Parts: sequence; C-alpha cells; structure tokens
Amino acid sequence: MTVQEQTTARCPECAADVPFAEPPRLSELVECGECQVELEVVTVQPVTLAPAPEVEEDWGE
Amino acid sequence: MSEPASVAVLTSRLRVDDKRILEALERRNVAVAHVDTRTAWWPLDGAAPEWRLVLNREIGQIRAGYAARALERLGVIGVNSAAAIETCADKWHTSLALRAAGLPTPRTALAATPEAALSALAAIGYPAVVKPLVGSWGRLVTTVPDPDLARTVLEYVAALPGPQAHIVYVQEYVRKPGRDIRVVVVGGEVLGAVYRYSADWRTNVARGARTERCPLTDRIIELATTAATAVGADLAGVDLVEDETGRLYVLEVNSGVEFAGFEQAYDGSVDVAGRIVDHVLTRLT
Repeated sequence: MTVQEQTTARCPECAADVPFAEPPRLSELVECGECQVELEVVTVQPVTLAPAPEVEEDWGE
Repeated sequence: MSEPASVAVLTSRLRVDDKRILEALERRNVAVAHVDTRTAWWPLDGAAPEWRLVLNREIGQIRAGYAARALERLGVIGVNSAAAIETCADKWHTSLALRAAGLPTPRTALAATPEAALSALAAIGYPAVVKPLVGSWGRLVTTVPDPDLARTVLEYVAALPGPQAHIVYVQEYVRKPGRDIRVVVVGGEVLGAVYRYSADWRTNVARGARTERCPLTDRIIELATTAATAVGADLAGVDLVEDETGRLYVLEVNSGVEFAGFEQAYDGSVDVAGRIVDHVLTRLT
C-alpha cells in the first residue's frame, strides 16, 4: 500500500480510524477525533501513529 | 539519483507551520532534508553535513540552541543563529539585548533568589509579573497583585527543581487594553502585525488567544525591526504591548516564531512560510 492510498490510520489509544486529508509527513501531529489524544505520525509507509510527546518545560516559540 | 539537500529543516515535532515551510521549500524545488532532532547528533570535529543551511524549527529551546551551536561549528548556516536562539530563549538575555538597542521595555529586574524577588517586586511596584527565565506560551507567567500573593508564588518558585528556576525575572505589569501585538519580521522586513485578544491576561495564541489584523504604523515597524536586529534574529515574532496612554513597549522576541494565528488574521493573504523560505534562499547565495 502506498502513502497516497492510505487515508486513515488507527489511533493507538482508542482504536478509532484517524483520517488524513493529504498524505501525512513524518513527525506530523494529528488529533484523534474520537478520544482527542494528540498523536504523532511515527512511520509513513505504512502510516502509523503513537501518542505525541508530552510538552516539555522549554517548549515554545 | 536525488540531488543533495542544500537546506535542512530541524524539528522534533512537526507543527502545522513547519509543514507549511517544508511545502514552500518543495514548491521552490529546493532539495530539503527533514532532520528529527530526537535522533540527531553531531561531532565536535568532522565533516559538514551535505546541507549548507539549517532552518532551526526545533521546539525545545535548549535543544534548539545546542543544535545550532553544534551545526555552526561544522560550518552550517543557522537560521536563526545559535546566538539569536540563545538570546531569545532567556528572558533576561532578551531584556539586555533590547535595552542595549535603546528599546522601550517595561521596568524589569532580575532577582538572584526567590527571597530577593520580594524586594525587587516592592521596588517595581504592584501589580507586577513574575516570569520564568526560560519557557514560552505564557507558561508559569504569573501576575501578582500584592505582596501576600507574591510571597506565595515565590514559595512555589523556590520549590521548583533546578537552580535556573530560582533566578526570578520580575516585571512591571503593563495595563494593556486586553490585547498585545505580535509582529512577524523576516529578514529585517515586517510582514505584518496582529492583535492578540484573550480573556486570559496572557495573550498567547497557544493559550487560545484570538488574532485580528493590526494596522502597521511607523512606530510598530521601527520597534519590531530594531528588536529583531537587537537579538540577531532573521526570523522573529516580536511581542509589543500598549499601556493606557498608547505608548508601546517591547515585551519579548520569539526566535521560533509560530504563525498560524497570524496567517488566519490575514485570511491567508500573507504567505509567511513562503517569505521565510525566500529569505532562507537569500542566505544561501
């Protein structure tokens, strides 16, 4: 399956299908529409998701 | 065989802004490497990477600064530079740079301990603001209306881990009209400005602030470009605040500027990612 063909990936928290409007990029952040957990794209071929890292003290602009 | 990348974009968390930057680079047919900081390391001595310039979008300010230092050592051009990232990452260093450039800032003091901060606050006057030296998105920034609450806040500050957390930055509270002003500066040019309104007294977009286009004035342009130059930032989000009389002060400069709220206020008529990339390409020539 190519990246272009895969339009959803499974949420690792609640197993819901998370849709993509366009092919996702590595490290991109998405939110699960079901459980609202913030997720990170950890592989793109195939697209797989993992919980996004927690915000660290020095994160920001 | 693909062309060697001339530009690297450094991130550990690909925000929507970063994605727009990657897309803008690709639209201009720039060979780009997307480098994940979480798996990156660099030798003290060694060959330079294939890319000549790094667009440093690392979200962790400490990590961004060290990465920039390591890459500059290897001969890579940093946008922003390590010096700019380090200056912007520390509120006191930023204040020093702004004042050295003669810019107006709220009255500010640095206290060497939480106990000393009480004296500093008394000199600044109440209400006042207590800020961590490092951090963003308004985290742990606290307004203190009186000495009683200041004492309590400083007890919490004293309980924070790490010696840096015990150096206290205190500032005059500017009675702003429910908003501040974010100015985006790229390569010394102001792309525009937005008001940031919030029910929270901290008007960060990351805290849900609403943005609205702010008419540019000569004074806003002068303050923003001078502030970006003062910290040495090619790319800067300069935060200004108005007092009750309309006088403007420079609050801080952000070297890893986020611009989704800005673009929203401009209804997409300002292509910040594109302007950033165009500037980056001038640094390669």
